[in-house]
Amino acid sequence: MSFSPRARPGRLQRAPEGFLRAHEISAVAAGRRGFLRSAFAAAAGLGLAGVATAQPQGEEAILKPQPWATTLGQPVAAYPYGQPSKYEKNLMRRESPGLTRVSAASVAFSPLQGMFGIITASGLHFERHHQGWEDIDPSQHRLMVNGLVQQESVFTMDELMRLPSVSRIHFIECGANTGMEWGNVAVPTVQYTHGMLSCSEFTGVRLIDVLDHLGYDRRQGRYVLAEGGDGSGMTRTIPMELVESGEVLLAYGMNGEMLRPENGYPLRLVVPGVQGVSWVKWLRRIEVGDLPYATKDETVHYVDLMPDGQLRQYTSIQEAKSVITTPSGGQMLLDKGFYNVSGIAWSGRGKIKRVDVSSDGGRNWRTARLETPVLSKALTRFNIDWVWDGAPAILQSRAIDETGYVQPKINQLRAVRGTRSIYHNNAIQSWQVAAFDGKSGGEVSNVQAY
Amino acid sequence: MSRLTEAAAWRAMKVCLSGCTALMFAVAPLAQAAGASVAQLGDWKSIGRPATPAEVRAWDIDVRPDFKGLPKGSGTVARGQEIWEAKCATCHGVFGEATHVFTPIAGGVHPEDLQVGHTASLRKPTEARSTVMKLSHVSTLWDYINRAMPWNAPRSLSTDEVYAVTAYVLNLGGILPDDFTLSEANIAEVQKRLPNRDGMSTDHGMWSVKGRPDVHNVACMKDCAGEVKVASVLPEAARPAHGNLAQQNRIIGPVRGVVTVAQAAGTAPAIPSPGAAMLQLANRGACLSCHQIETKVVGPAFREVAAKYKGDARAYTTLSAKVKNGGQGVWGAIPMPPAQSLSDEEVGKLVRWVLEGAPQ
Repeated sequence: MSFSPRARPGRLQRAPEGFLRAHEISAVAAGRRGFLRSAFAAAAGLGLAGVATAQPQGEEAILKPQPWATTLGQPVAAYPYGQPSKYEKNLMRRESPGLTRVSAASVAFSPLQGMFGIITASGLHFERHHQGWEDIDPSQHRLMVNGLVQQESVFTMDELMRLPSVSRIHFIECGANTGMEWGNVAVPTVQYTHGMLSCSEFTGVRLIDVLDHLGYDRRQGRYVLAEGGDGSGMTRTIPMELVESGEVLLAYGMNGEMLRPENGYPLRLVVPGVQGVSWVKWLRRIEVGDLPYATKDETVHYVDLMPDGQLRQYTSIQEAKSVITTPSGGQMLLDKGFYNVSGIAWSGRGKIKRVDVSSDGGRNWRTARLETPVLSKALTRFNIDWVWDGAPAILQSRAIDETGYVQPKINQLRAVRGTRSIYHNNAIQSWQVAAFDGKSGGEVSNVQAY
Repeated sequence: MSRLTEAAAWRAMKVCLSGCTALMFAVAPLAQAAGASVAQLGDWKSIGRPATPAEVRAWDIDVRPDFKGLPKGSGTVARGQEIWEAKCATCHGVFGEATHVFTPIAGGVHPEDLQVGHTASLRKPTEARSTVMKLSHVSTLWDYINRAMPWNAPRSLSTDEVYAVTAYVLNLGGILPDDFTLSEANIAEVQKRLPNRDGMSTDHGMWSVKGRPDVHNVACMKDCAGEVKVASVLPEAARPAHGNLAQQNRIIGPVRGVVTVAQAAGTAPAIPSPGAAMLQLANRGACLSCHQIETKVVGPAFREVAAKYKGDARAYTTLSAKVKNGGQGVWGAIPMPPAQSLSDEEVGKLVRWVLEGAPQ
């Protein structure tokens, strides 16, 4: 490797809770990690499982009766709406300090660093609101369809939920995801670099079916305006070609239950492949028109500034992108040896065809395993085996979609779009792994390498 | 805005709903996308109902670049200034320059931009971007003020007030003179003065799903990059800026979060302070959108409130009622909406904490 890893002084290691005794924790605090390695070695093939005691008889976790094995557990429906384990509290939506000034016009990022598979737990779905969120009384919610239709109409939720429904898995990504990293590295973890991204199964009615039912003007009605029922009255223009593809949904369901209020309860637009701002939440109105609408979030925001001072308007499609989530920035590899490198890939133009992974900053690549299902405009999970020799490494992933498009490097993006476009940064992400010398190291940090 | 429907058509629809076959839907769907499984339209006829003209008027408020949907009215720059200073300046600054809540509204426009139609300072890497620098359609400004401003009381401005505030924003931007009256009659002329009216491009591949990408990479597999260059690393100062990453990662698995905020080994996680619990409550009540502990944002800082009501025996009752029902006037014209998501008990706790000076 021709790069030199950033020198890092030894620092306190996190005490791996739950399997270290007091004297071992103080050993970790003192930076003496050798015992950990010997414990791992003694565990012969158990890898990184919680191995703490070196007693000849065996582990306390096995030899000592545990409270959960020797008491009566809690009854059914102790929590009528279930909650994650109390040990999982570290994984939650978080704001990025300093990104926004007020929390009602802000972002809460999904903790991608701890997520599995392709479906985002509904409680961890990222949030982006422009004027706060509301919990709308569904019996008072209406959808109006007007403009170039034969019959301007109003639907209740009762009515929409009677119509033929479809369920589809799609990703939703904010156009500004990774926007903080156009110029240089700015944030420490994948939660903040890529966490304006989620993927869910959405259930609802195809918008084209409703427009057909109302007799829309196929020749003139080339655009749809979607409008939210919240205070911001969020509006975005959707080209009719997307609606006519049958993919755009009036969705009320998400992951088997109704949408969460933060995600638009009781009705939101689903526009697969397109940036999240077009997935209008708390959807109250669809208008069919013959011109784009140049709304605030199509004219003042969500416009991409190019080096020549031009603002690209109506940039909507999320081009192919991927990121390694384990290991990723702000994490620490506990030892050398085998790791399952895991990540997600997605494209607004269809299915992911292939993902390659590099551990040397992009000089050499290996093709990762794609886990099923591989769906159009949905997250695709990839995994690849990696045996870390403890030397400095730079991990990268590179997605290729079914159109043949190859996810670009950050310098390739900057050469065309500069550093100030804010939106649509789909660059290859680099995670640098610091060398492991038996005492410290293994820390993964966010870098830009090419 | 563009409606084909007339009252007569609605009457026909009503007749239709009461029994006739698809009179209104003579133009049936010609083709469905592959895999469609739509029932015959007749099967749907009882689902949905015609929108009344009044309903469409109430909700169809959008204004397009060609000014379709723009209601008649007018407003002066001077009137706009009065409204601005009462209802807008708290967040946006008296001159639209403020950045403490949102991005700046005015600034960065030069007189020659009005001639050129493309704001020159958008090319300068160091220039912050204001609304008037980017604005390519005056309809956008009118529409947004009308639909979403003021931030905590959307749709409270009259049509003439929206014209006035629009005029004042354009005056702040150096686009309209002090004595201007904006109306539906002259707004198309104002459009021709916008400094960035020709600064937008749709010549890119990200509007259509069939669009062509502008950035290309190749899927090289071996000996690709030559020397690998690490161009940027996380600044040391930014490492703890997002809190302790050890507490943002799972406690089991192949990795741990790194400790970025020093914590003595072996100590139990800190028990949240009473202040933290109250802040959480205030956040849930949406109070923190406008209030902070020490700094005035949209509304007064909690500690300013404590100072104002110090020694006032009725403070608890007065403030609890204000938090529950909303209030306006004590700290300026911006109204405080009611905290609907908090119970009476929670409001009481919160008010007591604020009056104690919001201890952390």
